[in-house]
Amino acid sequence: MWSWVAHRITGVLVFFFLFAHVLDTALVRVSPSSYNEVIEVYKSPIVNLLEVGLVAAVLFHALNGIRIILIDFWESGPKYQKQMLYIELVLFVVLLVPAAYRMLLHTAETLFGSAT
Amino acid sequence: MATTAVPAERGAPELATPRSPRRRTKPGAAKARSNFELYAWVFMRISGLLLFFLVLGHLFIMNVLDGGVQRVNFGFVAGRWASPFWRTWDLVMLLLAELHGTNGLRTVINDYAERAQTRFWLKMLLYTSAFLVVTLGTLVIFTFDPDL
Ligand code: HEM
Repeated sequence: MWSWVAHRITGVLVFFFLFAHVLDTALVRVSPSSYNEVIEVYKSPIVNLLEVGLVAAVLFHALNGIRIILIDFWESGPKYQKQMLYIELVLFVVLLVPAAYRMLLHTAETLFGSAT
Repeated sequence: MATTAVPAERGAPELATPRSPRRRTKPGAAKARSNFELYAWVFMRISGLLLFFLVLGHLFIMNVLDGGVQRVNFGFVAGRWASPFWRTWDLVMLLLAELHGTNGLRTVINDYAERAQTRFWLKMLLYTSAFLVVTLGTLVIFTFDPDL
C-alpha cells in the first residue's frame, strides 16, 4: 500500500520536473550564455541537494515500476511481491548512497573547503 | 453480430450464444467499446521498461559520471548532440517519458477529481502541457545549432 502511494507521488513529482527540465534545456536554442546561466542554478548547493532528492524519487519509481511489471507478467510475481519489495529497497539504498556521495562531493568541497 | 438470431417466424426470444462477448452498449448504439484502457496499461509497462534504462542511464551520465552537473554547459551539450546516438536517445526518452507521465497523470486526475467538469479541464490542461513539452523538446533536439 505505502509503496503504491510512494510510486504515485514520485511519478507525479518527476513529471513536473520533466516539464521544467525541457524548458530549461530549450534555452540551448536561445543562446549559450542563457543556457549556461540556468545550468549554474543546478550547480548551486541547495539545488544540488534537491537534485539528489530527484534522483532518489526516480530511482524508487524505476525500481518499483520493475517490481509492478514483474508482479503483472511473471507467473510467480504475486507470490514473491514482498520479497521483491525488500530486494528493491536494498537496491535503492545500495545504488543511491554512492550516487548521492558523488553528486554532493563538489558541493561539500566548496562549502566546507578541502585540501585542494 | 455475436448474437445468433433465431428465425423470427418461430417467435422465440432472441438469445445470445453462450460465451459471446458481453455488450456494454445497446445494440445499434453509435459508439462501440474500445480497448483504449488495455493499450494504455500495456504502454505503461513497455515504456516503463525502456525508461528504466534510458532515464537511469541519463541520470548516471549527467549527474554522477566524471564531475556530474559541474561539467555541464553549452559546450558539453554541443559535444553530446554532435552524435546521432545521443540525439536519438534523448528524443526517445523525451517522447516515452512525456507520454508515460501524461497517461499516469490522467489516471491520477480520474482518481481524485470528482466533478466531471474539474476532470475535463484538468485533463485539457494536462494534454496542452504535454503537447507543448513534446513539440518544444522535439524541435530543440532537431534544430540544435552548436555554432549559435
Ligand atoms: C524509470 C523507469 C520507469 C518505470 C520502470 C516506470 C514504471 C511505471 C509503472 C509500471 C507504472 C504503473 C502503471 C499502472 O499502475 O498501470 C507507472 C506509473 C506512473 N509513472 Fe512511471 N515509470 C518510470 C518512469 C517514469 C517517469 C520518468 C515519469 C514522469 C515523467 C513517470 C510517471 C508516472 C506516473 C505519473 C504514473 C502514475 C502513477 C499512478 O497511477 O499511481 N514514470 N510507472
